Amino acid sequence: MARLSIEHLNKKYGDLTVVDDVTIDIADGEFLVLLGPSGCGKTTTLRMVAGFVPPSAGKLTIGTRDVTTLPPWKRNCGLVFQSYALFPHMTVAENVAFGLEMRKVSPADRGPRVAEALRLVQLAGFDERYPRQLSGGQQQRVALARALAMEPDVLLLDEPLSNLDAKLRQEVRVEIRDLQRKLGLTTIMVTHDQEEALTMADRLVVMEKGQVRQIGTQRELYEKPADRFVAGFIGRSAFLDGEIAAPGRFRTKGGLDIACGAATATGAATLALRPERIAVADEAAGCANRFEAKVEHASYLGALLDIHVSLSEHDRMLLQIPNRQGAAEPKPGETITIGWGQDAGLVYPRED
Amino acid sequence: MSTPRTSFGRMALNGAAGLSLGFILLPLIFVTWLAFFRQEIPSFPPEGYSLKWFSAVPGNKNFVEGFVLSLQVGVLATLIGLLLGVPASLALVRHRIALGPAVNTLLLLPLVMPGIVLGTSLYVFQIETEIATGLPLLGSLAGLVAAHTLVVVPWVVRLVTASLQGSDRSIEEAAQNLGAGPLTTFWRITLPSIRPGIVAAGLFGFVTSFGNLEMSLFLVGPGRITLPIAILQYLEWKIDPTVAAASVIQIVLIGAAMIITDRYVKLSRVV
Repeated sequence: MARLSIEHLNKKYGDLTVVDDVTIDIADGEFLVLLGPSGCGKTTTLRMVAGFVPPSAGKLTIGTRDVTTLPPWKRNCGLVFQSYALFPHMTVAENVAFGLEMRKVSPADRGPRVAEALRLVQLAGFDERYPRQLSGGQQQRVALARALAMEPDVLLLDEPLSNLDAKLRQEVRVEIRDLQRKLGLTTIMVTHDQEEALTMADRLVVMEKGQVRQIGTQRELYEKPADRFVAGFIGRSAFLDGEIAAPGRFRTKGGLDIACGAATATGAATLALRPERIAVADEAAGCANRFEAKVEHASYLGALLDIHVSLSEHDRMLLQIPNRQGAAEPKPGETITIGWGQDAGLVYPRED
Repeated sequence: MSTPRTSFGRMALNGAAGLSLGFILLPLIFVTWLAFFRQEIPSFPPEGYSLKWFSAVPGNKNFVEGFVLSLQVGVLATLIGLLLGVPASLALVRHRIALGPAVNTLLLLPLVMPGIVLGTSLYVFQIETEIATGLPLLGSLAGLVAAHTLVVVPWVVRLVTASLQGSDRSIEEAAQNLGAGPLTTFWRITLPSIRPGIVAAGLFGFVTSFGNLEMSLFLVGPGRITLPIAILQYLEWKIDPTVAAASVIQIVLIGAAMIITDRYVKLSRVV
């Protein structure tokens, strides 16, 4: 158990930069999630920490050890693979004991530690089974037990839940998180599943195109997305393109004039609004910004209604309203009044 | 429920399969039948049945010595072929080596090269080497084993690369992550996971070597002939069923080896 620091980590394949100047500090016992679309460099970053990919530049420190150039077998990072990577020719107990054996733990001492690891993942009594005799969820637990048994300084999880079915995934999320807290393990998990990331992490790192876009807690990422990408990736956002005409005034392409506290520097910009922060009908009455909107499309999602509206020929947006009992459900073609306060929107430089 | 069309397709497929199987098995059945004929000149119908040809086989010095030599050469060539072919396969599959596909093709080449061509070239090569170095290569056990290794290696490379491609690379990474160095990873993880491929490669390599006739013809020396050559030489003077009996013994031995191997590794999954 230790803190982990990743400094200016870089990975290039020829001219292609897959990890670009990544710097992350992970506190002792922290659960950090690397989140991003596929190809964003999150898995490569994890594999560099594990030692399977040599960095092109940068420094990796676990505790006080500089591990940048150490081979994987000297790093003491427990990695749980996406495919679990259990040894098919070994029993569950042999799989879990492998790390201890490599650390020259005597056979007599291995037994209790294997049993303890299997007990932690609720697989006591499965010692003599072979991986092929286990369900996907059980295999996943064995992989976790194997990584835990060697008492790693850092636990690395590479999309560990992606091969489980939806219901099991929810259970295992909680189990892994409880276990990680109980053992106080410094953990990095890689995932592309936003919900998974939000439920499990202490802090999240959003990556895209090899770069860190933002590091923060769930609330920080949702309330104060650092850029347009994060605003669209964490939760959903409605984007309106336009420009900042004067401080506090945002003017859309379609000519709507919007009061916006976040609009400071003038120039081309994009306004981002959270769909659930937009008020509809009577609730929009007191809002600084109020518009007539034409409903284009409405989706019934159970607890919520997704409404796509157009405000002008060029301005379309999404809003989300709770499905309250007795509430009217806007129909396509209807005109509704929508509104939001002047602090509701965030402004980003336009990317076009 | 099968429509008439699919049942016809199925029948055609079964028929074709049956025909091919018959084509393969028929000679084996006839040779086995022939081995029990009583008369010396094979003719149909048999005049009666006897086991005397089987007892004639161990009495024939050429057959016995040929068998021993074929066994020696087969075992040695298989072992050397595995020692060369397994690392070669690892290099081909696990590492990006320069000209990988070309090397792969080169290693498989002896399998498609006609035995006569291979034999002639090796014959010339061994004579030239002998002239240049003075080492008695042609007709020696070493020369024969070296040549047979050449026909074993393609089997090893083909079966072991297939095995490696089918085995999950991440289990090797998992072993390293758990603290195993490259050598330990190879012995404890990689090797067991490709064991069926290696066993099958050894078996097929051995059988190929054991049955090789064309290439060996060029490379054996006086008083040192392999079993297939001993059988051929016997056939030049006699056509009695002793040869059939010797063949049946071979069929039984190789068949037994296949069945025993199949108990430990499912050959159909590897080949």
